[in-house]
Amino acid sequence: MVRWITRSPVHIVLLAIAALWLVPTVALLVTSFRPRDDALSTGWWHVFSSHLTLANYSEVIHTGGMGHAFLNSLYITIPATILPLALGAMAAYAFAWTRFPFRDTTFLLIVALMVVPVQTAFVPLLKFFRDHGHLNTEFYGIWLAHTAFGLPLAIFLFRNFFITLPRDLIEAARMDGASEFAVFRRVVIPLSVPALASFGIFQFLWVWNDLLMALIFVSDPSKQPMTVKITQLLSTYAQEFHLLAAASFLLMGVPLIVFFALQRYFVQGLLAGSVKS
Amino acid sequence: MLGLFVVYPAYYTARLAFYKSGYLYDFTNYVGLQNFRDLFQDKDFVDVSHFPPSGALINNIRWIIFYVPLCLILGLALAVLTIRVRYESAVKSIIFIPMAIAATAVGVIWLLVYSPNPDIGTLNAVIHALGGNPVSWLGQENTVNYALIIAYVWASTGFAMVVLSAALKGIPTEIIEAARVDGAGEWNIFRRIMLPMLSLPISIVSVWLFINVIKVFDIIYVMTDGGPGTSSRVIAYSMYKETFYNAFPGKGAAIAVIMLLFLIPVMILNIRRFKSERVMT
Repeated sequence: MVRWITRSPVHIVLLAIAALWLVPTVALLVTSFRPRDDALSTGWWHVFSSHLTLANYSEVIHTGGMGHAFLNSLYITIPATILPLALGAMAAYAFAWTRFPFRDTTFLLIVALMVVPVQTAFVPLLKFFRDHGHLNTEFYGIWLAHTAFGLPLAIFLFRNFFITLPRDLIEAARMDGASEFAVFRRVVIPLSVPALASFGIFQFLWVWNDLLMALIFVSDPSKQPMTVKITQLLSTYAQEFHLLAAASFLLMGVPLIVFFALQRYFVQGLLAGSVKS
Repeated sequence: MLGLFVVYPAYYTARLAFYKSGYLYDFTNYVGLQNFRDLFQDKDFVDVSHFPPSGALINNIRWIIFYVPLCLILGLALAVLTIRVRYESAVKSIIFIPMAIAATAVGVIWLLVYSPNPDIGTLNAVIHALGGNPVSWLGQENTVNYALIIAYVWASTGFAMVVLSAALKGIPTEIIEAARVDGAGEWNIFRRIMLPMLSLPISIVSVWLFINVIKVFDIIYVMTDGGPGTSSRVIAYSMYKETFYNAFPGKGAAIAVIMLLFLIPVMILNIRRFKSERVMT
């Protein structure tokens, strides 16, 4: 049997690609620890000739406003993850285990809504927020926008998971006199942790990493998340990579921790989200 | 809630595309198809009067031509190759990590790679060391789009690799062993067994990549702001600029409608796939 490829080229190609994929991130990571003068005059590969420092991080956190922006990112992301998670699970339960008129047609509509681009909602939502108590100057606007655009995916995923639960279990709980809400809370939710976790991680990352919707729906500069803050730092410090690098790693830190801690759910979450636009 | 925040706005935007509205976003001044006509006469949106053609819409097509196949080929190659080595999961993690990184940060990472200063920019340092002249990758019209595409390929290949690798492992080993016993070479096994069996996951990844192209925005906003000039604009970027900077919400709405039209085939595909799955269960 003639192998069209022998072992060593496979190793070389793979290691080369892995290195190629790692270098850009490592370069920025190294830069984030280098003192200003070093970072402005020499490349990151001179890492061993400069003493490394955390000064860049403290500068962007304190004077650059990234500390405040970090908190804003949390304020935006946590409700914008929990809301579609909770509402989506309840709606999905209704679609999976109760009967109501036009149930299946409505569900098809929700499948269709998953690919509606957010761009179609910018102007009308902004107008709506402006006309109803300036919701876009608070966090409510961005919470509502992310919840609305996260819900179709949540309902779709949860409904598809819920219908795989054994019917007998749900019927038995109903026979015992449990209300629909009790069945949902005590039977369906505990059995659906993997699906809930996958969507939760997907939505968390989606909102945390989002720049576009934050640009439009967070109009108060003191409430802007890290993604928006970094674009502002870019216009102020265009060439000061040591600061941009530190700011970027503050933004990347949380998703990377989630990635390494919950790798399995993380990958599943991203795969599950692939039908969304 | 979905009705109020997704369905009604989509209808509103579609209607707005036929009005020349001001900053109030209201339906005054009906102009029919004028916004669409303006758009297709706007050199920043589409310009086919010279070669290569330019404009935001053309750039999205350029993204489809290069970004989608590059991610697919790299993802497929990595899926096939990693399966043969013991450090498979380590390599896959490295390739997948960029999926966790915000496009904003991906932009900063690649700004450093592409920096025109050979003392700082990684790519130009390599070129300089090899005796070449530094290139301003993001500063000239003929390279900027490809530089952006490569940065985004770096960020997205992990997804293609993970989906295709999982599908590859789902192919029963007996089939491949049987082909080997019959004397099939590795290339033939890849071409005649693996590729056909991977057609569904490949189509899923392609659709995902296509959606990515239609909505790509963050990385361009961060790295080039559509420039130099308007040369790296894409439709999502033009939509943003026309609506919020140039105060032409009608024109912006027309672009949003075009984006929706691009995505309607995906919508139909999703519904079809969902219906056929339901028949099986």
